[in-house]
Amino acid sequence: MRVVIAEDLALLREGLVQLLTAHDFEVIEAVDNGPAMLRALLTHRPDVAIVDVRLPPTFTDEGLQAAVQARAQVPGLPILVLSQHVEQIYARELLSDQNGGVGYLLKDRVFDVRRFVDMVKQVASGGTVMDPKVISELMIKHDTETSPVHSLTEREREVLGLMAEGRSNAAIAARMFFSEKAVSKHTNSIFSKLGLAASGDDNRRVLAVLAYLNAEAQVPPPRTTAS
Amino acid sequence: MDKVGAARSPRRLGLVERLRWTMRGLLVAVLSQAGSVVLWTVTVVTLATLVVGIGFLILPIVVNAVRGLAGFHRRTAREWSGVAIDVPYRHTAADGAYDTAGTFAQCRRLLSDPATWRDILWMTLNAPVGLVLGLLPAACVAYGLNGMFVTPFLWESMGPHWGFGVTWFITDQGEANLAIPQGLLFVVLGLLIAPALGRLHIRFNRALLAPTRNARLTLRVEHLTETRSDAAEAQAAELRRIERDLHDGAQARLVLLGMKLGFADTQLETNPALVRQLLAEAMESSSQALTELRDLVRGIHPPVLAERGLDGAVRALAVALAIPAEVSVDLPGRPQPPIESAAYFVIAEALANVTKHSGANHASIRLWHAGGRLRAQVGDNGRGGAKAEGGSGLRGLQRRLAAFDGELDISSPVGGPTLVTMEIPCEL
Repeated sequence: MRVVIAEDLALLREGLVQLLTAHDFEVIEAVDNGPAMLRALLTHRPDVAIVDVRLPPTFTDEGLQAAVQARAQVPGLPILVLSQHVEQIYARELLSDQNGGVGYLLKDRVFDVRRFVDMVKQVASGGTVMDPKVISELMIKHDTETSPVHSLTEREREVLGLMAEGRSNAAIAARMFFSEKAVSKHTNSIFSKLGLAASGDDNRRVLAVLAYLNAEAQVPPPRTTAS
Repeated sequence: MDKVGAARSPRRLGLVERLRWTMRGLLVAVLSQAGSVVLWTVTVVTLATLVVGIGFLILPIVVNAVRGLAGFHRRTAREWSGVAIDVPYRHTAADGAYDTAGTFAQCRRLLSDPATWRDILWMTLNAPVGLVLGLLPAACVAYGLNGMFVTPFLWESMGPHWGFGVTWFITDQGEANLAIPQGLLFVVLGLLIAPALGRLHIRFNRALLAPTRNARLTLRVEHLTETRSDAAEAQAAELRRIERDLHDGAQARLVLLGMKLGFADTQLETNPALVRQLLAEAMESSSQALTELRDLVRGIHPPVLAERGLDGAVRALAVALAIPAEVSVDLPGRPQPPIESAAYFVIAEALANVTKHSGANHASIRLWHAGGRLRAQVGDNGRGGAKAEGGSGLRGLQRRLAAFDGELDISSPVGGPTLVTMEIPCEL
C-alpha cells in the first residue's frame, strides 16, 4: 500500500516511516511542509496519506487546508489527519464533503500500533475514522434531556461511539466480547431511536452517525432573539 | 446620549430651551453663594484650625463636601451641555481608617493632592463668576417683566425718583408706557444670553475642575503602576501553576514511563507476559502525559488560536458549544497576539458560564472593531443573574483586561438575558 507522509518534526516523521514500513506499507514520499504535501498528493495519488495539521511555512492549519484542497481536486483521496489536539470544527470541515476516505486522530493513537495500522487501512479503503475524543465530545454535546441520544442505553452508547470511530460490527463484537448478532441488534436499536435509515455499508453507517452527531443540537427555538 | 448630541449640534434653540438655561443660571447663582461662599468659608476655617489640630478631624468631611459640589457641576456640565469634565482626584476622601493615625494620613494625602487646592481656587473664583454669569440672564428677564407688567401700571405709587431703562425719571403715563417695549427688549436679551452665559460658566468650570495635564499624567501613571503590578502578579501565578502542573503531571508520568520500560527490559527473556503488560502500562502512561500536556497547552495558548486566529478560534468555540450559537465576526485585521489571547479567554470563559450556569438554549457571539477598540459580546437567553463577584472567573478576566486598558461589562438581570461585553483599545 503506497503512503505519503507529511510531518515537520524529523523524529516523528522517521518514526512513522519506520512503523509503517514494518507493517508492509510502502512510503513513497515523506515531506515536511504544506506545499510539498499538496504537490506529493497530486502527483503520486497515494492509497493513503498521513498528515499533521500544523505544518510549515505558516505553522497554522496548513496540513488540514492542504488535505481539504487535495480532496477538492481528487474527490475521496484517502487522508488521515493527525494532530496534538482535536477540534470539532476541524472534524466537521474534513467530513463536510461526505466522500469518506477520511480520518482525524490524536497523535497518541499511534501508540496502539495494531489499531492504528487498522485505521490507516480503513481510511485507505474509503472508510471514515474519527478520534474517540471527537465522538465523546459530540455525545456529551447531544446528551441533553430533549435529545434522542439521551434515550440510548449505556451499552448502546458504547456501541454508537465505536461505530462512529469507524469500526465494523465484527470489530465492535471483538472489542465488547459480544456476538456479532448482539452487536447488530444494538445497532438496529440505535438507528431506530435516532430515526436514521439502517445501512449495511459500514462507511455509510459511520457517515450517517457522524452527520447526526454533527448537526446542531435539537433544541426548541430560543425564547428571546439575542442580538 | 441624545441630549449630548442635540446640545452639541449647532441649531437654533427654542424658547423652552432658553427658559431652561435661564433657570439653570439661577441654580448656578444660588450654588455659587450658598455652596461656594459657605463652603469656602468652612474650608478656610478648617485649614486655619489645622494648626491647633481640630481641623484634621473635619477636613476629610469638608473636602468630601467640596468634591460633592464640584461633582455636581461636573455632572450638570455633561447633562446640560455634553461637556465631559474628568475627575482629577488621586484618592477618594472616603478611604482610610477612622482613627487618629488614619485621619492624619488621609489629611496629608488630601492636602498633597493639587486637585484639592484647585477646588478651593475654583470655589473662590466661582463666588463672583457663578453669581454674575448665573444671575445676569434671570435678572434681565425679571427686570424686563417688571417693565412690561408692573411699571406702566404702578409708576405713580413708586415715587417720583423711579424710572425704567433709558426713561429716567418717569413723569407721565406716556413715559411709563415706554417701559413696555424696553421691558420686552430686556426679556429677549435675557433669553438670548442665557445659553451662552450658561456654557461660558461650564467652560469656566472645566478650566478649573478638569484634571490638569500634570494631574492627568499622575492619574495615568498610578493606573499603569497598579495594572502592571496586577499583570506581573497574574503572570507569576500562572507560571507557578504551570510549573506545578508539569511537575505533578507530565513529568511524573514520564518518570513512570521510563521505569516501566526499564523494568520491561530486565524481564524480556524470563517473563514475556509481564513485559507485554508493562508495555501496555507504559503506553497508557505516555497517553496520560500527553492528555495533561494538552490541557496545559490549551490553558497557555490554545492551539486553535495559533492555527486560525481569533476569528477561527471563536468559531471553533461556538461549534464545540453544547447549545446552538450564532457567530458574527467583523474584523478588518488581526489584533496583536496578547490582545487576541485575552479576548479569546474572555469569550471562552463567558461561553463556559453560559453552559454551566445560564440554562440557556441559545447563545450569540459578536466580535467587531469600532472606534479604535476591539469589542466582543457574548449573549444568551438564559436565566440571568450573573455577577463578576460570584467566583465565576470573570473577576480574573477583568484584571487580565485591565492590563490592556480593557473593560468587561456584565448585564444580567434576573430572568435574563445575559450580555457580557468586552472592550480593548486596539488598532487594527
